[in-house]
Amino acid sequence: MSTASRLTRSRTRSAWAFLAPMLVVLALVAAWPLARTIWFSFTDANLSDMSAAQFVGLANFEYLLTDPDWWRSVWNTLFFTLVSVSLETALGLAIALALNMHMPGRGLLRTAVLIPWAIPTIVSAQMWAWMLNDVFGVINEMLILIGVIDQGIAWTANPDTAIWAVIMVDVWKTTPFMALLLLAGLQMLPSECYEAAKIDGIHPVEVFWKVTLPLLMPALLVAVIFRLLDALRIFDAIYVLTGNNQATMSMSIYARQQLVDFQDVGFGSAASTLLFLTIAVFTTVYLTLARIGDSGGDHP
Amino acid sequence: MLRLATLTAVIGLSIGGAAQAATISISCGAVGAELEYCQSGAQAWAQQTGNEVQIVSTPNSATERLALYQQLLAAGSGDVDVFQIDVVWPGLLGSHFIDLSGDFSADEVSAHFPAIVENNTVDGKLVAMPWFTDAGLLYYRKDLLEKHGFQPPQTWAELSTIAQKIQDEERAAGNDKMWGYVYQAKAYEGLTCNALEWVDSFGGGQIVDDEGKITIANEKAAEALTFAASTVGTISPEGVLNYQEEEARGVWQAGNAVFMRNWPYAWSLGQAPDSPIKDKIGVAALPKGGEDGKSTGTLGGWQLAVSKYSDNPAEAIDLVRYLTSPTEQKRRAIGGAYNPTITALYQDTDVLEAAPFMGDLFDTFTNAVARPARVTGAKYNQVSAEFFNTSHQILSGQAKADEALGALADKLDRLSRGGRW
Amino acid sequence: MTRANRRRLGRVGFYLLMAVIVFYAVFPFYWAIVSSFKPGSEMFRVDFLPPPNLDNYQAVFAEQPFGQNILNSLIVAVSVVLLSLALGLLAAFALGRIRFRGRSLLLFTILGVSMFPQVAVLSGMFELVRSLGLYNRLPALVLSYMIFTLPFTVWVLTTFIRALPKELEEAAIVDGAKPLTIVTKVFLPLLTPALITTGLLAFIAAWNEFLFALTFTLSGEQRTVPVAIALISGASAYELPWGNIMAASVIVTVPLIVLVLFFQRRIVSGLTAGAVKG
Repeated sequence: MSTASRLTRSRTRSAWAFLAPMLVVLALVAAWPLARTIWFSFTDANLSDMSAAQFVGLANFEYLLTDPDWWRSVWNTLFFTLVSVSLETALGLAIALALNMHMPGRGLLRTAVLIPWAIPTIVSAQMWAWMLNDVFGVINEMLILIGVIDQGIAWTANPDTAIWAVIMVDVWKTTPFMALLLLAGLQMLPSECYEAAKIDGIHPVEVFWKVTLPLLMPALLVAVIFRLLDALRIFDAIYVLTGNNQATMSMSIYARQQLVDFQDVGFGSAASTLLFLTIAVFTTVYLTLARIGDSGGDHP
Repeated sequence: MLRLATLTAVIGLSIGGAAQAATISISCGAVGAELEYCQSGAQAWAQQTGNEVQIVSTPNSATERLALYQQLLAAGSGDVDVFQIDVVWPGLLGSHFIDLSGDFSADEVSAHFPAIVENNTVDGKLVAMPWFTDAGLLYYRKDLLEKHGFQPPQTWAELSTIAQKIQDEERAAGNDKMWGYVYQAKAYEGLTCNALEWVDSFGGGQIVDDEGKITIANEKAAEALTFAASTVGTISPEGVLNYQEEEARGVWQAGNAVFMRNWPYAWSLGQAPDSPIKDKIGVAALPKGGEDGKSTGTLGGWQLAVSKYSDNPAEAIDLVRYLTSPTEQKRRAIGGAYNPTITALYQDTDVLEAAPFMGDLFDTFTNAVARPARVTGAKYNQVSAEFFNTSHQILSGQAKADEALGALADKLDRLSRGGRW
Repeated sequence: MTRANRRRLGRVGFYLLMAVIVFYAVFPFYWAIVSSFKPGSEMFRVDFLPPPNLDNYQAVFAEQPFGQNILNSLIVAVSVVLLSLALGLLAAFALGRIRFRGRSLLLFTILGVSMFPQVAVLSGMFELVRSLGLYNRLPALVLSYMIFTLPFTVWVLTTFIRALPKELEEAAIVDGAKPLTIVTKVFLPLLTPALITTGLLAFIAAWNEFLFALTFTLSGEQRTVPVAIALISGASAYELPWGNIMAASVIVTVPLIVLVLFFQRRIVSGLTAGAVKG
């Protein structure tokens, strides 16, 4: 028994001792509730008396997969996710490129785009709900002023525009976050390539497509997947803007409605479990891509 | 755990003597006037008895409020002693409430509308006392109808014509924010009430009949909802698809609507001293669905129930007794146009002077159409959600009425396992 | 068109684009401030520079326990920050400085937890809160918020700790110092900037959280600010309380914006270290 291995053993012991408090809390607030939710999804538990739950096997999932409303909420969620994340990526990239240039007014721009990020989602949803009001909203007033429309549009009421209203709010709120992640990626790019490109007199646009974008790809992918995961869970913005309206119902809203409004804990948990599985798939992809947590690495 | 705490509290009270003041928390009202009247009534009781009251504010939308109540009661929490519950909730929440039939005398109970007492009786237990009743009404601008030479409409088709005409002429005369008709069509419980009125007035039944048979997929119902869809974007703003009661009243009371469908509460607010449309308001029963249709209004209204988990059940019951008494109901009827549930008050001269429509529309209130809450029991919420979502699709032009109602019937059939509920 | 002119034109176009972005980012908040200064009837007229009128601000505090709500939010957010920093720092030391079997797997799991959709744990969490007797009490929120603040705190602090040179603790180990002493005496001073950054982000996350706060609290006195704002109801019998909602929104947002502007660089570095939810 060498002293080195004894030291290693004692260090391992202290490592677990240090991890214990965190692990206990996470087991309590994450592992246990998740396990319970998955268990409930196989029962007919009801909110008014959860202890009387009976095991019903896959009945909830069977019902769920044949429920057109569920599929509608899945489609809404996917549509919302794809559109808003694409818009955020494009806008975020533009802002990041601007912030990366050494130009006057950079600080102002950074400050401006951080404001939406700091505002609570609920508050931003309320602000936009007010701006989008059909009779008194400032957005309709402006559009009428410049003559685009002659009657106020009911943005959040019309099923065709409601989902776009939600997307607009989400884009406004999360684009800054995207921009900051991409900016960090840009600042890590090697400057040699750019100098070479400059000497060869290549057009800046071409430099962007041929040099910047390929080099930025890993950072971009990580940021996009991160936002995807977030968008798939969307709840509060939709809840405030359009409530339980089916036209904009997301998977999270569907699950909460079943759980809380209909007291059907079993069925709501089944919906939650499916949402969890969807996100788990994406998370796995993300972790593989990000290749974080070097296995052991060269750290002591 | 909680039971134990309750028990300890009760024992503590009996040892400490009943002279100790209790704090009773009551959850009532969300919208301005409703909250004010509940507060002033509860405060008056508190001063009389030396207890204290606490008002718990709740969300404005009935759907949200119910969700909150369900969570609270499911948690067995004594945070709220007295609940204000909707006419469709006794079946859903009844198991959490104290049976009041032992605490109120037969005379006290029979003074109220029998239909509502029956509605509040679940498995032989009186789980809530009637507080005020509601039915959907048609509000119209007396001055505008007179100016353009119209009588209040008898049928929906007439309403549509009159609304269109006055709207166009008023806009031409300079009020470009004028609309013909506002109501509640956001996807929530209020749309269930509105849509049931259209369907029932055309003779299309009540979604699910008393035997539990699903009747909604019929031609009359489709005709009714097709009519309703025709109002959106013509005589009603498109925004109506996101309106609850207060949004509709906002447009109406600013003087920007000819007709409005709303509950009685909007009367006294519209008659407030600073209201731009004071003394220009007429109230009538909602129009018929055609010559052979009928006038109808959805039965609404609120009851007061005492939670099983209350720490001070005796005081809580006493508060309910005070708030549902003839005296308090009369005060609320005169000041806030809350329809009494006590039959005798409909002949009271003071009440009729303050709210003349109560006398004129007595039949509307007694014959109001009930939502199918009793027969569908614990599933009522889902039924209502399916119905208002389907109505919302029809109104917003996303689906044709007959197809959508057929799909709705299939869904309800699945939900009820073939009408067995 | 000369080359210089083209460049100038490009520059003008570029600045124009930036101006549009700044306008899009800032206008909604500006509009909320403007609306919050309008008394009742003015609310429904579009007017870009009204004279400040504080009626709505008074109404917000008079009509609901909004002061109490702000206090609740503060209590919850501060408790969440302190708790997650304390637990996170210990865990991050172990993960960043000690090699043991299962370390990578543990890191992956922790990151995975931060991706949980809230609704997926809602029913289980509700049951947990009820069985602990915490329903409608602030500790319920402090506890449930750990699910997203703790993994993120651990993750970011681990990243920071790994970046520190390893000679640091070697001297202390040779002197025979206990690991806990090393954490408090050696790492804590060096990690202060990182702690401020992660603390800020955890604070903002807890301050803004809605779903758990909506589900686990009931009475107006126990609500946090986002729920209070979502459920605000007007007491004036006259119009929808948009003025109050906007006033409440401004009150809640201003401190956050001040925080963000003050700690801009820190927040950016924290975000990029942990790629955290905004």
